[in-house]
Amino acid sequence: MNIPSPILTLLVGIFVTIASLWYGQNNGLMPVAASQEAELVDGLFSTMITIGFGLFLLVEGALLVAVFRFRRKDGDEGDGEHLEGNIPLEIVWTAIPAVVVLGISIYSFDIYTRMGGLELMKHDMGGPGKMVEVAYAADAVPGSSTSALGELPLEGDLLESDLSEGELISEAGLGAPVEMADSALSINVQGLQYAFIFNYPDGIVDGELHIPVDEPVELKLNAQDVLHAFWLPEFRVKQDMIPGQETRLVINAIREGTYPVVCAELCGPYHGGMRTQLIVHSAEDYAAWVDERMAALDNGEVIASLPTPAADKTDAEYLETFVDPLQLAIAPESLTALRSE
Amino acid sequence: MLLGNERKWTDYFTFCTDHKVIGIQYLVTAFFFYLIGGALATAMRTELATPAPDVVTPDVYNGLLTLHGTVMLFLWIVPAGAGLANYLIPLMIGARDMAFPRLNAIAFWMIPPSGILLISSFFYEPPQAGWTSYPPLSLTTGMLGEGIWILSVLLGGTASILGGLNFLVTILKMRVPSMPLTKMPLFCWAMIATSLLILISTPVLAGALILLAFDLIAGTAFFNPTGGGNPVVYQHMFWFYSHPAVYIFVLPLFGAISEVVSVHARKPIFGYRAIAYSSIVISFLGLIVWAHHMFTSGTPPWLRMFFMITTMVIAVPTGIKVFGWVATLWRGKIAFTSAMLFALGFISLFLIGGISGVMLAAVPFDIHVHDTYFVVAHFHYVLFGASVFGIFMAVYHWFPKMTGRMMNEFWGKVHFALSFIGMNLTFMPMHELGLRGMNRRIALYDPQFTDLNVIATIGAYVMAVSTIPFLINAVWSWRYGEKAPANPWRALTLEWQTLSPPHIENFEELPELITGPYDYGLGYTAERDPEELYAHAVPAPAS
Repeated sequence: MNIPSPILTLLVGIFVTIASLWYGQNNGLMPVAASQEAELVDGLFSTMITIGFGLFLLVEGALLVAVFRFRRKDGDEGDGEHLEGNIPLEIVWTAIPAVVVLGISIYSFDIYTRMGGLELMKHDMGGPGKMVEVAYAADAVPGSSTSALGELPLEGDLLESDLSEGELISEAGLGAPVEMADSALSINVQGLQYAFIFNYPDGIVDGELHIPVDEPVELKLNAQDVLHAFWLPEFRVKQDMIPGQETRLVINAIREGTYPVVCAELCGPYHGGMRTQLIVHSAEDYAAWVDERMAALDNGEVIASLPTPAADKTDAEYLETFVDPLQLAIAPESLTALRSE
Repeated sequence: MLLGNERKWTDYFTFCTDHKVIGIQYLVTAFFFYLIGGALATAMRTELATPAPDVVTPDVYNGLLTLHGTVMLFLWIVPAGAGLANYLIPLMIGARDMAFPRLNAIAFWMIPPSGILLISSFFYEPPQAGWTSYPPLSLTTGMLGEGIWILSVLLGGTASILGGLNFLVTILKMRVPSMPLTKMPLFCWAMIATSLLILISTPVLAGALILLAFDLIAGTAFFNPTGGGNPVVYQHMFWFYSHPAVYIFVLPLFGAISEVVSVHARKPIFGYRAIAYSSIVISFLGLIVWAHHMFTSGTPPWLRMFFMITTMVIAVPTGIKVFGWVATLWRGKIAFTSAMLFALGFISLFLIGGISGVMLAAVPFDIHVHDTYFVVAHFHYVLFGASVFGIFMAVYHWFPKMTGRMMNEFWGKVHFALSFIGMNLTFMPMHELGLRGMNRRIALYDPQFTDLNVIATIGAYVMAVSTIPFLINAVWSWRYGEKAPANPWRALTLEWQTLSPPHIENFEELPELITGPYDYGLGYTAERDPEELYAHAVPAPAS
């Protein structure tokens, strides 16, 4: 295979490099970055987009050039050049992707470590057996709630089982340095069809996530019925919520504002309606919010910002979830169970 | 004496053991289910034209998405690949039939019941837990629909195992004596790799589904957390099959494109050995990447790193193939046949799917976009871009051999143009939707995503319309099309060195190889006197 002249190669190379660098920086595809994690992920994303776009231009360019330049003329019944391969060229195009993916792997590993991904591993090493994913310790297996033949657990049934009393011995997710996480604000998040319930320290329960800015917040994720996934698009973090297995996320907000909280794992018909909002406060506002909620608690209000139960909402009512995130789609029996707790 | 090459149309509705009949049975059945899967997809996109769930109810929507995924994967792509393999393998290696003709027929005859069973569930209780059918959701959405889903997939999986076994034995044992592995068409290499994957991974899916059925029907707790089971174990078992399944879907088409590009560019395939061996490497690596579907499922951190690296490494053999195809085009004499257009579409769309695949392998990025429309875009670029374009490419290329008639090229080009535009309109915007925050498998969505969804829905309608010229063209050409010569593309592989359509046992005398499968540019000519075809099947060098 003849390689094009060095000058042409150089010009094409310069063009592709500039175009992909520009697109990597200016694609505008990601939403606002509202957490430290988001900034790290966006760095990785723009690097990968730069490389990917460059590769796209090169290969599609070669394809288009070939298609137009080597078009068969009418009536030409001859063959193309007999060219079975070119060892140096094949080595080059095997080596380049190998180096690229190795580079991306190392960079991803670095980003993942800086996001606290490996901190959990250190944490797990604290005791024997913790490296293994096991849902429950043997003594916590609830025998009574095993579904009998033909009697399937319906939503709500699971809530009443003694699942949540199981001894949780595994955790996985994204973390932060252990010493920081230990002192951080820790919020328990329960996922259920079709809502997130946030349990704050001091007994505050809310349907929205309120956190202070510039402070690590630990989220302990549990699911009550089926799999859910806790996703904060503006924070670039996501973690499945698994029944019988606690998972953990540590998030570090860097911008005040209101952001969506989305369930990303198919969890039933109204999965699309399982959303709420995350409100990042300044430290003072957060303290004020806690005071306000504590006062409400003293007045006997257990759960605030929870929706009215609605099993038969109209389409428009479901869509209000997006206009007013408090109108969550939640199964009535789940809500009853929660309120009776 | 000339053996008859006429088949009665009724043969196609019988338990016939001729591999060519079975191949066509598979292909026609697959196309039937493609239309159903496409109709389901069009219904979903209609729903998604507006943010509100106003066309179907959300549970019907979940039924649509489950059936769309299952039909397209298990009743369209896999049977279409098996159909091509059935038709082509014996012809390409100079055999008279498959190694186990009856097993072959049995494997096919599991597909229609599997499909009819699955589709029928839509009318009383469609399965709603997605094609992945993750517990505990799959255990709570209705026993009947889920049970039917399990049974249907088990039937399809069994057919696939029987077929894979047959392909492997046929290729390894029944080649003409003059054909070493290194002179074998690349499609056969791809089918070796595919069959190995099928044989290793499909039984694990069967195991997972049988355990799931126990949980569902007998109340055991393998995966049901209420009884102490672990739902994540199901995910491991499911993806141990279902990631390799992606290669089971695309590898046959990787093989087919190597045939088509070479013939229609009239050049030897660039880097034959690299392309052949990369299929085997992909097959091996494909078995050790499954947990990249589970980066957010509570997978331990060190395991995430391992699976990230293995997944990234697959880009290398895949890249070798893509570069090989592009280099084959370079300095060729490219004919813009419909088959070639679909091949070009295949390469350019698969490239996009491949690049987004490498991005998804990176754990920190995957955590953000997992279970979003970015992933939907990625796998449709791979599965629609490579598999569907690949299947259409194969049909345009081998239609003359299968039917003895040429397809209409003009309508083929119209089909390509509509498919290519529709495909990109539908799936390109989904990348942005996913990055911005639209999760997948939802009937109702945030109104800020409306514009991009409208574009995607218009694209889906264009794709739906694109099948019309194809269907009319295929049916009309089969009956009234211009009669095809034995070797209309002047190809050098063995299947073209016999009649179109081939007679019952393919070759009157077993052919002997003189050229390799891709020896273009060496002065060999495939132009043969039709009379000679009955005796031998060897292209001789031009004197």
